[in-house]
Amino acid sequence: MGLKGERVETTRPGSDTKPPESVFTTTLDKMVRWARAGSLWPLPFGTACCAIEFMSVVSSHYDLARFGAEVVRFSPRQSDMMIVAGTVVDKQAPILKLIYEQMCSPKWVISMGVCASSGGFYRAYHVMQGIDEIVPVDVYVPGCPPTPEGLIYAIMKLQEKIERGEPSHYQVVLDREAAEARERKLARV
Amino acid sequence: MPIDPSQVKVLRADEIIRAREDTRAWWKRLYLPAIAMGLGVTIRNMVRNLLNPGGLPTIRYPEERRDYGHRFRGRHYLKKRPSGEPRCVACMMCATACPADCIYIVAGEHPDPAIEKYPVRFDIDGLRCIMCGYCVDACPEDAIAMTKEYEWASYEREDFIWDKEYLLSWRDEKVVDDGYQPYEGEIDKSRMSRGTL
Repeated sequence: MGLKGERVETTRPGSDTKPPESVFTTTLDKMVRWARAGSLWPLPFGTACCAIEFMSVVSSHYDLARFGAEVVRFSPRQSDMMIVAGTVVDKQAPILKLIYEQMCSPKWVISMGVCASSGGFYRAYHVMQGIDEIVPVDVYVPGCPPTPEGLIYAIMKLQEKIERGEPSHYQVVLDREAAEARERKLARV
Repeated sequence: MPIDPSQVKVLRADEIIRAREDTRAWWKRLYLPAIAMGLGVTIRNMVRNLLNPGGLPTIRYPEERRDYGHRFRGRHYLKKRPSGEPRCVACMMCATACPADCIYIVAGEHPDPAIEKYPVRFDIDGLRCIMCGYCVDACPEDAIAMTKEYEWASYEREDFIWDKEYLLSWRDEKVVDDGYQPYEGEIDKSRMSRGTL
């Protein structure tokens, strides 16, 4: 139940289905969330100076291993936290989208730096005005570039979010799209 | 082009010369000593760090913090007059100097004729700001300053629009140190000497 998706299926009061009376399920779910929060494997999508700052975060002075996120993977299949560090130009947007879609769910996105978050001071025709135009972002980190502490703080916020059991922004978007599709189907009928 | 068999020379066994023969001893060819040497370096460092944890370069961030210099450019705040109003006179210098165009000011007329204008709105888009400090340099009233605050990641893009009230009130002097403000007090000092304050 908890392993299948990242949402916990809880039964709301008033619904006719009885909740499965098992303490084990909730405990397992909590454990899965704890494990997920403690083993985020980052995929750095580094395109600019923010990536240099990311190197500083994973190296010995700040040591991201203390948060269980030191296994930097350059293969989207093996990672679950994408860190978009740097300016994303329009030409690169399809690549970013493709890499994001190749990642396995559950997955999270950290938008590091103002260029990735909003375009920053590139108010220009060729720069994406925020990567949230194409991928759902979970945590934004402003700064140009953010300090290593700023990124660690963002990762801690993401861990808090996962441990609280909130769905990732990706899951929220999926749910919304599914609901819209259902409504369209109902409207047709 | 087909190969003519009469042109092909077949080498005898003693004519064959190996380009590079591995002449190392058999135990070196196993690569085990090299692995042991590599692990030795790792284990030596591990033991050294276990015996002397103070020698580690790691800053244990949420508990320990790096002491940044006094020119650190973190999140802005607006300074206040003794009356509690913002010092800002809405001259638009910072908004003009801003390379990211992230400052939005709406000016209003102040009831006090000595002050002329005040900002009705003063918004900074924290997701646009590149923390260059040009607004602090440009300010003729010493009204905007930067701090050493850098913990500002958030889940929503809307959280980063810092309005006037927030910029005036977010900073707790006891917790957040002043950052970049190279001309702090200079304007008041020069006015004091000219007797215009």
